[in-house]
Amino acid sequence: MRTIESSSGTATPDTLPPPSMAVWQHSHVLDLDDFTREEIELVFEIADAMAEVLTREVKKVPTLRGKTVVTLFYEPSTRTRASFELAAKNLSADTVSIDASKSSVVKGESLIDSLRTIQALGADIIVMRHSQSGAPYLAIQEVNSSIINAGDGWHAHPSQALLDLYTIRRHLGKTANLKIAIIGDIMHSRVARSNIWGMTTMGAKVVLCSPSTLLPRGLNSFIENCRLANVSIENNIERALENADVVMLLRLQMERQQSGLLPSLREYIQRYQVTTERLSLAKSNVLVMHPGPINEGIEISPEVAHGTQSVIEEQVSNGVAIRMALLYLIAGGKNK
Amino acid sequence: MAATLLISGGRILDPGQGIDKVADLLIAKGKITWIGDKGTAPNHSDLKTIDATGLVVCPGFIDLHCHLREPGFEDKETISTGTKAAAKGGFTTVCCMPNTNPPIDSQASIDYVKKVAEAEGIVQVLPIGCITKARQGKELTEMNELAEAGVIGFSDDGNPVASSRIMSLAMDYSQSLGLPIIDHCEDKELSDGGFMNDGWVSARLGLKGMPKAAEEIVVARDISLAQMTGARLHIAHVSTEGSVELVRRAKEKGMAVTAEVTPHHLTLTEERVMGGQLKKNKQLTYDTNAKVNPPLRTKEDITALIQGLKDGTIDAIATDHAPHTLVDKMCEFGLAAFGISGLETAFACLMSLVQDGRLDLKTIISKLTFEPARIIGTRFGELGSLKPGCRADVTIFDPNKEWVVDKSDFASKGKNTPFHGCHFKGKVRITIAAGQVVYKSE
Repeated sequence: MRTIESSSGTATPDTLPPPSMAVWQHSHVLDLDDFTREEIELVFEIADAMAEVLTREVKKVPTLRGKTVVTLFYEPSTRTRASFELAAKNLSADTVSIDASKSSVVKGESLIDSLRTIQALGADIIVMRHSQSGAPYLAIQEVNSSIINAGDGWHAHPSQALLDLYTIRRHLGKTANLKIAIIGDIMHSRVARSNIWGMTTMGAKVVLCSPSTLLPRGLNSFIENCRLANVSIENNIERALENADVVMLLRLQMERQQSGLLPSLREYIQRYQVTTERLSLAKSNVLVMHPGPINEGIEISPEVAHGTQSVIEEQVSNGVAIRMALLYLIAGGKNK
Repeated sequence: MAATLLISGGRILDPGQGIDKVADLLIAKGKITWIGDKGTAPNHSDLKTIDATGLVVCPGFIDLHCHLREPGFEDKETISTGTKAAAKGGFTTVCCMPNTNPPIDSQASIDYVKKVAEAEGIVQVLPIGCITKARQGKELTEMNELAEAGVIGFSDDGNPVASSRIMSLAMDYSQSLGLPIIDHCEDKELSDGGFMNDGWVSARLGLKGMPKAAEEIVVARDISLAQMTGARLHIAHVSTEGSVELVRRAKEKGMAVTAEVTPHHLTLTEERVMGGQLKKNKQLTYDTNAKVNPPLRTKEDITALIQGLKDGTIDAIATDHAPHTLVDKMCEFGLAAFGISGLETAFACLMSLVQDGRLDLKTIISKLTFEPARIIGTRFGELGSLKPGCRADVTIFDPNKEWVVDKSDFASKGKNTPFHGCHFKGKVRITIAAGQVVYKSE
């Protein structure tokens, strides 16, 4: 595992002033497409302070005391949900966790009605995960609570993209002009979509690499229409890895092969698995990342997943600090 | 008995007869009886005069494709509310699709629709019958009986016949009846549960796309089958450049292929799903009111559709009026129903194309009147014409009236419109169906 110097951490959440509202414009976090570079930098700055809290013996500050954070998950999740809940608890918020598969949703309650109920119960912030792209965009039209998108369908997963960028910055000291290869199932990946916005805003060059059946057909015109000049598409993994500063793997779900998008897992492994040999094409200090959960032996070899370049576990730890920062900023934004 | 009506001083526009002049028009006993110079109408004792100065008087609009939802989905629309919406939109004849519950696949269900339409409908309702029983794509309906009961054609609409063999049998069988197969062209396996056009917006929003090829493949297949069988084929709601080209080539060969296009496919693009063109600080949306099948496409497709209307490739403009409840639409994009409530905005929407100089008024009126009438034929009398002796179906509109769409004013139960809040110029003022004023604006 790679290690880094512990951050100097001059500011702590106990002493942090309210976030600068001149920079922070959000009462919700839905995606990174509407984040400025300054806002992302602010999230990182606060995450640094939060990371310091996480090194303490008592990992708790009173910042969100009296605030209620509800996690509403319509899809199974381990790390994202636990990460948000820990983040909220570390900030002394009251947390309620709703697993939609065990709630009144199974009695036929609509998303809007569930959200209204949660709002009526006094939720200040709702962290939601939903299998349908766009669900949080419906949510903000219907309730006044702040919404944090913890993943919607194939569309966006902004807290993941922020923790990815944060992890990159902590290791490489910058994000501008880095070559970042995102390899795997781009079509179905909310992580890839949010990272496209976040990484390009932070000045990185993004190479998307995947067999064509796992790329959205409109991807090229998406890149063109949104003037994402720093994003390119590359089917060949060797070229994608060449001189890369960061390699980010995406989980390959087994049902993709079953639905005919791939001829076989064998060929995918042969052509797209990141192995030690292939990784040697990248820069020597390349970071290997994965949003998890990992399919070891499919998109990534165990040697690479657990190798010296891997920061996969650290992504998870940084996730807590990033989510604390987002909760802090969102709650502060509401107070203003 | 309806009063005798004199419509005086309006611009009479009847492209079917090549009339475009300021004149008076007389209606008596539900029929058009006379057209002539202002002030020269024959005397009548109980004459009521409508002053149409500054207005356009044209044949009542004909909608080849709408969903009235009755029987079975009366929460979305009824024949009563749907025909009120039609009247408000200037339509005096509407052809209703058979995807009701039960579906219109038997004489009994046609009789039911006709009976309700007679009792509660305020404009003429002509049903379309199913191609296959229960729209399952397996067994043909009793097409002879349906034809006798009064259908204008056959369609499984949203459930297109997947089997080429069944479709060829349907065409063989319907060919002798002279009625068209009305074809919602979609290869459902290829569109694969998609939600919107497969393009840059679907890539950006992370929504599953419906490729244009899913439409064009079936247009091509069914043109081939129509050529083989000699059947009449009417392509519903053409939405892509490729489909226009396929229909154009079929027409060049002299085939009995016709086509329609909707006002929304002529005016909106896929960007409407995310709330319009990208602007800084503009909130992205997933607007379920722009979720429609076929999906909104691109500006290149719009250009081809307009060209198709101009050169005669596309015969008619039809609304595909698809009313839904709030619950059907106020939900996650992927779970929302497809469809736009279109009867009440169709005309104004088309007028925006006239104002932009992309179509002329005569063309849009042709495509709303005598051209769809030709597809229906003359079994129900001569439609889409102001010829003396014809049923007095007349629409009077003000081409310059500015208004803002407010869905809460809709007569339709379906408030699902992507045009809410749109500023339009051009509004229907009076609709007359069989000599009766069925709609009059304030």
